[in-house]
Amino acid sequence: MKSLRSIGRHLITIVITALLGGLLGATLVRMAPGFGVQESDLNSQLSAAARQALHQQDASERNVLSYYFHYLGGLAHGELGYSRSMDRPVSALLRDRLPETLESLAIGVAGGWLLGIALALPATWKRSPLYSTTASLITGVFLCIPSAVLALLFLVIGSPGKIAIALIVFPKVFRFSRNLLIKTYAMPHVLTAKARGLGRIRILGWHVLPNIAGPMLALAGVTVSIAFGAAIPVEVVCDYPGLGQLAWKAALARDVPLLVNLTLIIALVTVAANSFSDLLTPTATRDVL
Amino acid sequence: MTRARWIAVALLAGVFLIALGANFFAPAPYAKQFRADPDHPPSKQYMLGTDELGRDRLSRLLYGMRISLLLAPAAALLSTILAAIIGGAGAYIGGACDRLTKIVIDLFLSLPWLFLLLTVRALLPLDIPAATSVVVTFALLGALGWAASARVVAAAVRSLRDSEFVLQARASGCPPVRLLFYHVLPNVKPILLAQFWISVPLFILTEANLGMLGLGVTEPMPSWGNLLRELENYSALAHAPWLWAPLISLVMVVSLFQFILAGEEYSA
Repeated sequence: MKSLRSIGRHLITIVITALLGGLLGATLVRMAPGFGVQESDLNSQLSAAARQALHQQDASERNVLSYYFHYLGGLAHGELGYSRSMDRPVSALLRDRLPETLESLAIGVAGGWLLGIALALPATWKRSPLYSTTASLITGVFLCIPSAVLALLFLVIGSPGKIAIALIVFPKVFRFSRNLLIKTYAMPHVLTAKARGLGRIRILGWHVLPNIAGPMLALAGVTVSIAFGAAIPVEVVCDYPGLGQLAWKAALARDVPLLVNLTLIIALVTVAANSFSDLLTPTATRDVL
Repeated sequence: MTRARWIAVALLAGVFLIALGANFFAPAPYAKQFRADPDHPPSKQYMLGTDELGRDRLSRLLYGMRISLLLAPAAALLSTILAAIIGGAGAYIGGACDRLTKIVIDLFLSLPWLFLLLTVRALLPLDIPAATSVVVTFALLGALGWAASARVVAAAVRSLRDSEFVLQARASGCPPVRLLFYHVLPNVKPILLAQFWISVPLFILTEANLGMLGLGVTEPMPSWGNLLRELENYSALAHAPWLWAPLISLVMVVSLFQFILAGEEYSA
């Protein structure tokens, strides 16, 4: 019952955030200077009637609320509008580009976690100042490089730019998990397990992981958002046809339907990821004491 | 503070001083073109060479550093003030106001930071004077970068609001305004200061990202972001190592910030 209520609360949060996110996007674009100005006004080859028809097409987008409600109505029927800058339906654009971004996100998040944990575990087990300082310096360097430059460096060395997303995610995973692991390994029940001669893997699997699963899941939600943010410069610099590049092009072209849909989708994915990790947290965290 | 952190502070102060004194240290104005020497390699006259328009790279780097190092703290100040007002006021008032603040903060945090910036920056005119673009870029960073800090401030104010000494002051008849300024705000000050310092390197890096995407400070005004765009000519990087200078200086300054902020970690 309690978990059902929790799921319901998270679902409501997702819906409210998505609706507010979409409205915010639509409002911001509507407020932009130059909104509604058309190149067709300068085209002497168009007749007055043709120009008026084009302006009427625009009129529905002038009032942000009417545009947004009209858009929500269309959304209920599976219509996401039409992108004028790309000259294609938004749903087709999203369908084409989503797999590319999902692949980038999967590589970025999975790679970042693997690398972060792989560096954090020895830092906890060995507790060598040299290893700890070296690992901190490596992560520190990656935290200091702008993601667009990191993607560019991958282009220079001829490697796939998607790995750059993993390198943007991994310092956060490393720092967080190392601090958490150090704290957990110092807990009395882990010390007792060590004193009893339990193996490293058994201690990790039975006494450490259940304790850190909750915060790690919360971090997983955050890393999806970080990876999404990193996907924009990476896709732009490396010319990957994903949602990040589409967002950049839509923003430059002030393409209302496209921007609102992207805002909505990105808000939905990140809120859903955070809610999912929040829901899993109590299940994953086991009281070991 | 450890000795290493003091050294880092001194180094950062040195970089700040050099950047502030760009007028004095730079060999030439940032926009001056030496038309006889475009793409000149480093020499006695041009220590980092010249760009394709014949402008001295060292001068542009120093002026660019000045812009980023002066305006990133200004943007951080703006975002910290907004975080204090939005997060602090919401949590202090409590009830529905606190819940609404939470929703707004969550909404801002649910959108990736760069995506939000990209969208809002593109809504503003792109063809604007260089000086205006500097103000617009950093004002946007400050105006949109408050959410993470606001969450921390709100949590601190919430716990202070329910603390015993505030309860006692309230029970003694202390008016709400006095309670806020005499009991709550002084205790939140260290948190605000920490959020300010955390935001500075973040804003420097974000400006660099925006600049590389062509949405930051516009030419001819230099900034770390638009100076890094020279790296896009990556076929030239192998035989022109001086092109890496903006990146090296950026990494150095942000690392110094990180080192100072997390000094204990490195010294452990």
